[in-house]
Amino acid sequence: MIRLPFVLFFAALLFSAGVYGVLARRNAVMVLMAIELMLNAVNVNLVAFGSELHDVGGQMFALFVIAVAAAEVGIGLAIVILLYRNRESINIDEVNLLKW
Amino acid sequence: MVAEATAAASGIIRSSWIVVLLPVVSTVLTLFFGKRTPGKGAVYGIAAVGAAFVMSLLILWHFVQGGGTYASQVSWFSIGPFHVEVGQYIDGLAAVMLVVVTTVSFCVHVYSLGYMDGDARFTWFYVVLSLFTAAMLNVVIAPNLIQLLVGWEIMGICSYLLIGHWYEEKENSDAAIKAFITTRIGDVPFMFGIFALIFATGFTTSNIGQIGDLVKSHELSSGLVAAAALLLLGGTIGKSAQFPLHVWLPDAMAGPTPVSALIHAATMVAAGVYLVGRLYEIFINADPWVLQVIGVIGAITMLGSALMALVQNDIKRVLAYSTLSQLAYMVAAMSLGPAGRNAAFFHLFTHAFFKALLFLGAGSVIHAVHSNNMSDMGGLRKPMPVTFWTFLIGAGALAGIAPLAGFWSKDELLVSASHGHELVFALMLATAALTAFYTTRMVILTFFGSYEGHGHPHESPPSMAGPLVLLAAATIAVGFLGSPLVHAPFFKWVFFEEPETIHFVAWIGLVGTLAALGGILFAWWLYAPRKERDPLRALGPVWNLLERRFFIDDFYMTFVIYPVRDALSAAVYWFNQRVLDGIVNGAGLATRALGQVVNLFDRGVIDRGVNGVAGTAGATGGLLRYIQSGNVQRYMAFLFVGVLVLAIVFAKLV
Repeated sequence: MIRLPFVLFFAALLFSAGVYGVLARRNAVMVLMAIELMLNAVNVNLVAFGSELHDVGGQMFALFVIAVAAAEVGIGLAIVILLYRNRESINIDEVNLLKW
Repeated sequence: MVAEATAAASGIIRSSWIVVLLPVVSTVLTLFFGKRTPGKGAVYGIAAVGAAFVMSLLILWHFVQGGGTYASQVSWFSIGPFHVEVGQYIDGLAAVMLVVVTTVSFCVHVYSLGYMDGDARFTWFYVVLSLFTAAMLNVVIAPNLIQLLVGWEIMGICSYLLIGHWYEEKENSDAAIKAFITTRIGDVPFMFGIFALIFATGFTTSNIGQIGDLVKSHELSSGLVAAAALLLLGGTIGKSAQFPLHVWLPDAMAGPTPVSALIHAATMVAAGVYLVGRLYEIFINADPWVLQVIGVIGAITMLGSALMALVQNDIKRVLAYSTLSQLAYMVAAMSLGPAGRNAAFFHLFTHAFFKALLFLGAGSVIHAVHSNNMSDMGGLRKPMPVTFWTFLIGAGALAGIAPLAGFWSKDELLVSASHGHELVFALMLATAALTAFYTTRMVILTFFGSYEGHGHPHESPPSMAGPLVLLAAATIAVGFLGSPLVHAPFFKWVFFEEPETIHFVAWIGLVGTLAALGGILFAWWLYAPRKERDPLRALGPVWNLLERRFFIDDFYMTFVIYPVRDALSAAVYWFNQRVLDGIVNGAGLATRALGQVVNLFDRGVIDRGVNGVAGTAGATGGLLRYIQSGNVQRYMAFLFVGVLVLAIVFAKLV
């Protein structure tokens, strides 16, 4: 049985790698992948606490998150494709539309 | 029936104040709607004064029937314990005066239709004419001194406006200023006289009747009463143009002739005499020397102005000096006690009619020949029959020919002087002879002989001839009201303390008539054979003395007007320039300096504050602009930092 702190440490690393990917990557697809990393880090935490506390809720929540993440990635990739069709680029630095 | 009539009459007398209100209303109407009304607004004045005339007759009817005095008043204003009322005091005297004023005013209103026809300020003329009438009526019915003073002063300003009606010519405006300032010199003492009386009562009343009672019962300090009487006399001297303030009246003839008839013959100048009679309680109970002063002033004016009338060439000036002289008759009679006072009022009454008639007649002549000078007239008897006959009636009355009005009143004056006032009696008789002389001279130079002027004189229009006929009829009739032959009803209406019974004194009537006839015959003998040169010029230096008006005007010019104009006005100018203007300029500079301070404060503090707020907002916005880059990853970074901060904060709190 692996002890809980190790699992949490691993999840934190995974999450940090995700955050780095979201903030630093230029490629929109890579950003989406980094978001997946962060979600999976959370999933690891949920499962770990569920097992530690003998609660099935943790695993159920992890399954929900996986489902929502699949949907999210579907929409995200669709946006990226539209972006590419309009601009012939998926460089996120060139997309500064979110301002007034 | 009689009782009913009396009741109706007493109803009228209760609303006597409406007589005053009517011309006020017409003044306002003429002023605001006159120019838009057909006939340029004369209709308002004529209608109002006509109605006032009818009301005055009804009020007099009340006294004819033996009705009593009526007084009523309402509170006007209060100064501490001193209450001033406004109201009406109608006794026989006031009723008679109302009739006199409204009759003459009505005639003048109608007459002016013709005389002022085509005048540039026709409507304005009627405005002032109506206002004047209202003011005079107010003086007549005023129950207290303050109300009287108000009417008195309005009359003064109306007189000024009307004398200067044709102010385009400097001579006329000079005359207006002279009249105004001269009467003002009398009015200032008059005002102080009123204050002195009110002061003497301890600020309890300004009511004429109450003050009279207090004076009569010797409750007021006799010195103060004498001083007040003398000061009030100043008002009389100014308004009634008595020596030494008589100089304005002859010059006032510069005004339109209807004005001369109304103001400077029949009403305003009579107000001075009316005042003495109205306040007679004060004059007769003051120290005896006050009455003597009145007598001396009257005597000097009476004889002096009759003499000056002898040498005038201007027909209106003859009448002006005659007015002075006749008013002086009244003033002199005032000094003779109650009988003299009553006789003076009778003379005032008759004089108003025949002198207004003479002035309007003279106006008619002037209208026809376009000149005031009798040397441009002559022989007008034929082309102007109505004017001639009515003028002759007026002249006869002035000269004192029986049975015209002037005879009866002059007779009463002589009778009142015959009891122990030999000097006054002699002076009156001499003046009567002089009056007859200059009247005859005037009539001969104007209507007899051959015409000396230019153009073709013609009779005046009906609007001018009508009032002449009306006044001529009055001149014949009113004398009998005071005639002993019909028991002198006038003296049952107008009396002091108790009604008087008049007896005809044969020798006085005879002497008076002889004096008049002497004057007339002498004048006829001198003037009937018309000469190039006035026969009176043979008097040489005396002629000069009279023509220069006893040098009184020159004296005033040299010793009053020039010093005032040169020295006093220079001093006042200096004071004005240096002190008053200095203060004004200083105030201006101080205001400007203050303005600059305020300006600095406004720009430096307030504007800077407002701009600062705006600038800060702008700068902040400029800085915040960089945050909103549109770069999603930067937004995410902020989000993470925020979450981190929150996490730290909550971790510490929990």
